[in-house]
Amino acid sequence: MYYHWNWGILFAQEPGGSGTYLYYLLVGLGWTLATALAAWVIALAIGAAVGTLRTTSHRWVVRLGDGYVELFRNVPLLVQMFLWYFVVPELLPEAIGDWIKQMPPPWGSYVPAVLCLGLYTSVRIAEQTKAAIQSLPRGQRAAGTAMGLTQWQTYRHVILPQAFRIILPPLTSEFMNIIKNSSVALTIGLMELTGRAKSMQEFSFQVFESFAAATVIYMLTNLVVVLAMRWLEGKVRVPGLIAEPGGVQAAH
Amino acid sequence: MLRKTMVLAAGLACALIAAPVLAQEGTLAKVKSQGFITIANRDASIPFSYYDANQKPVGYAMDLCMKVVDAVKKQLKMPKLEVKYQLVTSANRIPLIANGTADLECGSTTNNLERQQQVDFSDTYFVTGNRWISKKSSHINSLQDLKGKTVVSTAGTSNLKEITEVNNKDNLGMNIISANGHPEAFQMVETGRAVAFVMDDILLYSLQASSRNPKEFVISKQQLSLQPYGMMMRKNDPEFKKLVDDTIAHVYKSGEINKIYAKWFEKPIPPKGIDLKVPMSAELKKVIAHPTDSGDPKAYE
Repeated sequence: MYYHWNWGILFAQEPGGSGTYLYYLLVGLGWTLATALAAWVIALAIGAAVGTLRTTSHRWVVRLGDGYVELFRNVPLLVQMFLWYFVVPELLPEAIGDWIKQMPPPWGSYVPAVLCLGLYTSVRIAEQTKAAIQSLPRGQRAAGTAMGLTQWQTYRHVILPQAFRIILPPLTSEFMNIIKNSSVALTIGLMELTGRAKSMQEFSFQVFESFAAATVIYMLTNLVVVLAMRWLEGKVRVPGLIAEPGGVQAAH
Repeated sequence: MLRKTMVLAAGLACALIAAPVLAQEGTLAKVKSQGFITIANRDASIPFSYYDANQKPVGYAMDLCMKVVDAVKKQLKMPKLEVKYQLVTSANRIPLIANGTADLECGSTTNNLERQQQVDFSDTYFVTGNRWISKKSSHINSLQDLKGKTVVSTAGTSNLKEITEVNNKDNLGMNIISANGHPEAFQMVETGRAVAFVMDDILLYSLQASSRNPKEFVISKQQLSLQPYGMMMRKNDPEFKKLVDDTIAHVYKSGEINKIYAKWFEKPIPPKGIDLKVPMSAELKKVIAHPTDSGDPKAYE
């Protein structure tokens, strides 16, 4: 194929006049991170709470939690994005629906995107939290009760401190996923990194440069996430509690 | 470990990026060895390239394209050459021509100097202007009236780019959104999600004419820029370009163009039997008398 390579395009002015195309992409990264971080707060809070509640002895709470997880886990992210953007405003009372639809850009897309991503990721974190808690020996719970701790105290001082350490590595993947999944928000008009790379390609016809730049930016961002999470894992590690990668087992 | 993995990933990414820089064969050689030619068509660029009631691509540009296909058949001595169609959108037409998915694009593509860095254009076959359509009830008479309003255009078009630039230059504070196709963009004006749709006036005429209530809309008197249309083909393929341009020149010289023009712009067209009633412009007459593939709007004034 014929392709006119032009890496200089990254330093050319974008037609909207905000600055260079590179700056345009970096502003997109800003929106990607703003979306991912806000959604992450929702996901972590709801996910940890729902996951924990699903391991308690209250049967109706467990069922409610199971229902919540199945609802958000069984529908594709893209469909959920459309539901939040197009359908939810119509289901709300008209005044609130109109208020949402008339939110100035980019908030009109940002708010549904954050809600959608947050709830979608929360059920994944809920599943992992539940699995982590269930992976602990049942005797610990019994020991807690034997020592006279209430169920809440057993969770607070025995179960959860271990469970959250166990799920740190899968949480790293979830955090990277939420950054990558935020690109789906371009379908409801949020000009995040992928949306801007696409529009840069449409304006400049430099399809390889646009998406190569976006690829590199995503890779570097996620590399920072990996390193930060590794640091965090090391920081909160309790020696001997969870097997370290690289043969602590041999010492046992 | 991590460092090694990253180096490997980066190396792989570079290899993928560098791969497409390969030598190309000419379109005619490609068509001959494949045994078919691929024409890129549009779904709703009325009356240039769109689907009729039988989902067959038809239109003014398609008719001209078929003349080129006939010439290719003759030159390659392949009378039974198969013609395949590839539906393209405003956003993907340039990459799909450049990467060889389609060989010739017959739609409503503006020839400009920027696009000429990626693709080549045939001699111009239509001249239109960038304007906008709005509801009469919104009383939009000039660009200034669009200040602070939501304006839509189609993704990947020169029109979207121009209105984005004008918005910035004249500090109009418009909220510019992009739609995936011309009908979708027009619908946004119909439903009130956008106040105006910025597009080539000829396409706006046909959208207006096929709408439920054409009298509800008005097309701006003000024109942003002139847009010459050409057929798109891969760059640096002089043999194919000459064949295309010679074919068009022949259609112009023989006067056949008048018949084709009248068929699409001055008579009822499928699928709804709407008559656009657009007589040939002075700019197009000039191009027919002196064919040019210039991507500079000044060459057409």
